[in-house]
Amino acid sequence: MSMRTLPLLFLNLGGEMLYILDQRLRAQNIPVDKAQKVLNDIISTMFSRKFMEELFKPQELYSKKALRTVYDRLAHASIMRLNQASMDKLYDLMTMAFKYQVLLCPRPKDVLLVTFNHLDAIKEFIQDSPTIKHQVDETFRQLTETYGGLSAGEFQLIRQTLLIFFQDLHIRVSIFLKERVQNSNGHFVLPVSGPVPWGTEVPGVIRMFNKKGEEIRKIEFKHGGNYVTALREGSFELHGDRVLKLGTNMYSVNRSVETHMSGASKNLASRTQESIPPNPLAKEELNLLARLMGGMEIKKPSGPEPGFRLNLFTTDEEEEQAALTRPEELSYEVINIQATQDQQRNEELARIMGEFEITEQPRSSASKGDDLLAMMDEL
Amino acid sequence: MFRRERSIPLRGSAAALCNNLSVLQLPARNLTHFGVVHGPSAQLLSAAPEGVSLAQRQLHAKEGAGVSPPLITQVHWCVLPFRVLLVLTSHRGIQMYESDGSVMVYWHALDSGDASPIQAVFARGIAASGHYICVGTWSGRVLVFDIPAKGPNIVLSEELAGHQTPVTDIATEPAQGQDCVVDMVTADDSGLLCVWRSGPEFKLLTRIPGFGVPCPSVQLWQGIIAAGYGNGQVRLYEATTGTLHAQINAHARAICALDLAPEMGKLLSAAEDTFVHIWKLSRSPESGYIEVEHCHGECVFDTQVCGARFCDPSGNSFAVTGYDLAEILRFSSV
Repeated sequence: MSMRTLPLLFLNLGGEMLYILDQRLRAQNIPVDKAQKVLNDIISTMFSRKFMEELFKPQELYSKKALRTVYDRLAHASIMRLNQASMDKLYDLMTMAFKYQVLLCPRPKDVLLVTFNHLDAIKEFIQDSPTIKHQVDETFRQLTETYGGLSAGEFQLIRQTLLIFFQDLHIRVSIFLKERVQNSNGHFVLPVSGPVPWGTEVPGVIRMFNKKGEEIRKIEFKHGGNYVTALREGSFELHGDRVLKLGTNMYSVNRSVETHMSGASKNLASRTQESIPPNPLAKEELNLLARLMGGMEIKKPSGPEPGFRLNLFTTDEEEEQAALTRPEELSYEVINIQATQDQQRNEELARIMGEFEITEQPRSSASKGDDLLAMMDEL
Repeated sequence: MFRRERSIPLRGSAAALCNNLSVLQLPARNLTHFGVVHGPSAQLLSAAPEGVSLAQRQLHAKEGAGVSPPLITQVHWCVLPFRVLLVLTSHRGIQMYESDGSVMVYWHALDSGDASPIQAVFARGIAASGHYICVGTWSGRVLVFDIPAKGPNIVLSEELAGHQTPVTDIATEPAQGQDCVVDMVTADDSGLLCVWRSGPEFKLLTRIPGFGVPCPSVQLWQGIIAAGYGNGQVRLYEATTGTLHAQINAHARAICALDLAPEMGKLLSAAEDTFVHIWKLSRSPESGYIEVEHCHGECVFDTQVCGARFCDPSGNSFAVTGYDLAEILRFSSV
């Protein structure tokens, strides 16, 4: 579908990830300086110039599986560690949150405002680090450059592409269930009241005209909803009132965030049992992924800074239990491109990841993918 | 008043596309065929009047280069004078099948020649006009295929230039006699409507400019163009002149589908705001001006509707599909 979707998907999911991590770091009473370092490391990796360059190249969306690998790596760009179960839960929460935001955007273009909400909040997280803040501002400029001039039709295509990515995902999230934003079957509540999107008129009026264009009749009809006029449009500037609340931090009040796994599998069966032949071009996707991640500059842990494990659940036992009871259909089968920080030792991997220029022999993309797969087996 | 009838289950949920439901009414055989796009596959099924699903088939877009399997944009039955063909459009090209989807009779690969890397290449917008099938494309060009009475000898006979942005939908109706020469309307992402007369060479008669929002769905009935827009409005135009005669603030979100019940002049509009509305189109006997009144509104709770069609020519029943919904919802009047 649209070739411009990946930056929006990545940045918004990344934003949700930071909201959740921030909340868990506080809930787990991680010392402020350590917690801040974690957020700084992840944010500076996310917004590194090289990574953004790769991200903004026109490309198709990755599969959920492939994209999860990127966040796996990102979450481990600091001294923090997450077990598989916690990483799974983190990704579930991130994806359901952004799915909700995309679905409820009044206009397709509003997904840009949602993105800006995430970036505004991210800047709050790193307000004491001018260098990182500058990186985020740069990304803001790049977003404006890429999306600022797009037509409503192009945004509609982006919206449809995002919704295809999220199709059939119905994981129930307790914060959504409690706020009655999600039904018990995992589908989101779509309200039929409130302000109409900017540029839309409140439904309920029919105007009829003669051939000179003069209005000759005006009738009202009962449309069934309870809508009001939109007050003002959100700002697309670097700083401004976005008006839209979607994409702001819903975890800022300290509450425990759970996801429910059971009962979600019924709908997922239709997704996983697609009777299409296995995609022979999965390697192509791996190559794109490698190039994208090649732009990620993972910092080596400097000095004797001890790492710590973050738990997305309230207790260790809960985390273990979640790992054991996760339904088969929901497993992400993460491609484990282990974060070997020492790139000098792993020259081959680094080269494939696009760090070096390949000048001697042009390698066909098929063999590139083969090498990458082989490399992964050895890690 | 309408009541919910028994839903028809789908193998896969409907994708968030526009015009994502095609219905082929076969009253002689007491059957209705439904077609829904899931993503890389489309599902065809036939159902008895009570909604019992009798047979189903899945079709896929022809494979090609790329990271993921190609996505289907639309599936639609084209009723021609001597045959019915099922047309499937995707990001690779156009596939045409016998009406039950059993045999592919024609494949046309899209030419992505002047597309920049950022541009999505796809076909979208399908309609039958006489013995032609017209299909829209990402570039705005409309491809006209000449269909023989039987067999696979389908030929691309013309490429119509009229649009600069991706085509969204095409509507046709048989020419209405001497006064009415318009029989095809094409719509695009910029909201522009092009009005055509069909023939061995299609002729562009007039253009109706957009106003900054896409026009995802369009219908044509007795010289009246009904166009649904991304800002929730339905507009009615006089086809021969392009004059706007009615503007309905019909929905609170983008319209995703329009359909017509030609016997009664009923218009169905469905949008992402979860509502489906039925309207009655007519002409004032004195002035001849287009008139419209609202008949019925239905809220499909918590469903971002993506397709809607009447299931009979009088508009006494209709079917609806929604994003993420693995069933076809049916309604009939009481």
